[in-house]
Amino acid sequence: MTDLEAITRRAIDDWVDEPGALLPILHAIQDQLGYIPPSSVPRIARALNMTRADVHGVMSFYHEFRSEPAGRHVLQICGAEACQARGCRELEAHTQQRLGVGYHQTTLDGDITLEQVYCLGNCATGPSVRLDDRIIGRVTPQRMDRLLDGIATVPLTIQPAGGEG
Amino acid sequence: MTTVYVPRDTTALALEADAVAERLQTGAAHRGQPVDLVRNGSRGLFWLEPLVEVDTPDGRMAYGPVTPDDVPGLLDAGMLGGQPDHPLCQGLTESIPYLRDQQRLTFARTGVIDPVSLEDYRASGGWQGLEAALAMAPEAIVDAVTESGLRGRGGAAFPAGTKWRTVLEADPERPGSHWSGQKFIACNADEGDAGTFADRMLMEGDPYCLIEGMVIAGLAVGATRGFIYLRSEYPNAAGILNEALQRAESAGYLGESVCGSGRAFHLSVRLGAGAYICGEETSMLDSLEGKRGMVRVKPPLPAHRGLFGQPTVINNVLTLASVPFILREGARSYADYGMGRSRGTQPFQLAGNIARGGLVELAFGVTLRTLLEDFGGGTASGARMRAVQVGGPLGSYLPESHWDEPMDYEGFSEVGGMIGHGGIVVFDESVDMAAQARFAMHFCEDESCGKCTPCRIGAVRGVEVIDRIIANQERDTNLTLLDDLCETMEQGSLCAMGGMTPNPVRSALQHFPEDFQRPAPTAHAGGG
Repeated sequence: MTDLEAITRRAIDDWVDEPGALLPILHAIQDQLGYIPPSSVPRIARALNMTRADVHGVMSFYHEFRSEPAGRHVLQICGAEACQARGCRELEAHTQQRLGVGYHQTTLDGDITLEQVYCLGNCATGPSVRLDDRIIGRVTPQRMDRLLDGIATVPLTIQPAGGEG
Repeated sequence: MTTVYVPRDTTALALEADAVAERLQTGAAHRGQPVDLVRNGSRGLFWLEPLVEVDTPDGRMAYGPVTPDDVPGLLDAGMLGGQPDHPLCQGLTESIPYLRDQQRLTFARTGVIDPVSLEDYRASGGWQGLEAALAMAPEAIVDAVTESGLRGRGGAAFPAGTKWRTVLEADPERPGSHWSGQKFIACNADEGDAGTFADRMLMEGDPYCLIEGMVIAGLAVGATRGFIYLRSEYPNAAGILNEALQRAESAGYLGESVCGSGRAFHLSVRLGAGAYICGEETSMLDSLEGKRGMVRVKPPLPAHRGLFGQPTVINNVLTLASVPFILREGARSYADYGMGRSRGTQPFQLAGNIARGGLVELAFGVTLRTLLEDFGGGTASGARMRAVQVGGPLGSYLPESHWDEPMDYEGFSEVGGMIGHGGIVVFDESVDMAAQARFAMHFCEDESCGKCTPCRIGAVRGVEVIDRIIANQERDTNLTLLDDLCETMEQGSLCAMGGMTPNPVRSALQHFPEDFQRPAPTAHAGGG
C-alpha cells in the first residue's frame, strides 16, 4: 500500500464515525500531502456513502482544497479591503512579477504556489500575507523580497571539472 | 522572578513576537535575571504590537512596539525593573488612554491572562457564570439573556434571548432520524469580514470565555453537543482553541457531566476551507454537515431545523462570549450599557489605513468620528481620511459627513450604515472608489454560493457594467442598468451576500461620484 493510500485510509478511519466527516477528512489528507489526490475521491465517497460527484463538488466549492500538488511553500496574499487600504494591490503586482506566476500557479522551480486570500484577520497591520502557517504583517514589496529570498531554492552552480570546455 | 508578557496573538506574531520572546529570554538569562515568560493574548492595541509588559508593584508596564533588535537596548534600560527611561515605554498598560477609555466587558480578560491557563481563568472570574447557570432552571437562563438585551454580534443583531427561547421550546423528536432528540449549539467563528478580528482576538486571548458561554447556552436550551465552526485562515486560533478544549475537558468543564452536574456538553472545533459564504448561518450548517456551503431557504428556521435537521442555536463568537458576564454579573449590569434597543457593548475594530488600529470595546452610542480620531488617531499614511467602510464587505462606504451619528443598530442604519460585526476599514484620499465598487461585485462573484441567480450571475454582470461606466461607455444607460441590477440583487437573493453587495456599490456611487467620472485611459477611449 502506498503512502498515499495509507494516508487516505487513516483520514477516513479517524473521522468516518463523526458527523459531517467529509471536510475533516479532506483537511486531514491535504494537511499531510499538500493536496487531495483524485484517486482518493472514490475511497472517500464509498466510506461516506456519497457519490464521487458529491465529493468532487465539495472539493471544488471550497477555495482551499486542491487536487494537484502545491509548491514546497504556499504563499497567500490578502486581497480584502483592509489590506487594499494599505497597498496590497501593489504588493500583489510586485510579487507576481518577481515570481513570474499569477494566482493559483506554482513557480517553475516548484518552490512557491501563489494564492489570493480574503482576510487573515490581521487587518490593523496590513498588508498581510500567509506563508504556510505563518502570518506576516506590514509586508512592503521590499519585505516581500526579503521573505522570498529567505525561502528560495539556491541555484547550484556546477563548476566545470577542469579548464575550458 | 519577574513576570514578562509577550503576546501570542496572530497580529503580534505577524510582527515577530516569537523572535522578541526568544531574544528576551536569552538576553535576560545572559544578564543573570531569568524571567517568567507568559505568552498572553493581545490587549488589542495593535499599533503597539508586539507589546511587551513587565509586572511591577504598580501594575504592568508596557513597552511597544518592540522589534527583536530593540530587546538588548530595553534590557539595558532596565525594562525588567519596570524602568520608564526608554522611548518605547508606554507607561502602565492600564493608563494608556486607548485602553483606559474603553468599556471592556467581553474583552476584560483578553491580553491580561495566559489564554490556556485554567488557573488564570478561574482567578479572573472565570466559570462563575457557568456555576450560576448550573443552579438555574433553563428558562431562567434564557430570561437572563433576554433581559440583558444581548443581540447577535455577528451582524444580524437578532435578540439572543428570543433565539434561545425558540430552541428551548423546540421539539427535537424526529422519529426515524439518527439525530432525533438532539439539540445543538453552533458557534459561528467564520469571521470573514475584512477589517474584523475581534472573534480571533477573543479565541486566541480568552478561549475559555467562549467555551463557558457555549456550555451555558447548552444548559439553557437543552443541547448536549456544540461545534465551533472556525475559518481555516486562523491557524493560530485553531491551535489555542484546541488546546483549551482539551484542558477544559480534562478539568471536567466539558464532557458527560459538566462540573459533576450530571449534565453533558461535548464541544469540538471544525475548520472551514476558505469560503466567505460559510459565515452565513445556513451555509455554515451545510458546511458542518460536510456539504458545499449552500444557503438554505428560511423557514424552517435553524432554531427549529438546523444542524442535521435538529433545533440549533447559532451565535457568533462575541455573542456567546458575552454570556458569562451576563450570568455572573446579572442581566442588569450588561443592559446598563448602550442606548435605545442596542444594549451592552460592541467591540469595534479599527482597521485598514489607520494610525492606531486595534480593538475598541465601547457601549453602543459612540460616534464614528470618536473612534476614528480620538482612538484611531487618523490615517497611518498621514493623508486625509476619505472613506470608511463599516460592517464588512457588504457595508456601505461612508464619507466624512456621516461620521457624527451615534452608532447603535437602529440609528446607524438610518444613515445608511450597518454596524455588522463592528469592523471599520479606513481609506485615505488615494483610494479609487470606482475600484472599490468594482471589487465589491468581484468579491461577490468569487464568493457567491451560486444558489440565487441574481447573486451568481448579477455579480459577474456588475463587474462588467462598472467597467463600462469607468470606461465612459454609454454612461447614462449603464448607470441605469447598474441601478436596476442592484435592485434585482437586493430583491432576488436569499441571503446578505447578493442582497447587500449593492451597499458598497451604491454608496460609492452616491458619495463619491467623481471617482466614476475620471477620463478613460486613452487605450480604451472610443472602444464602445
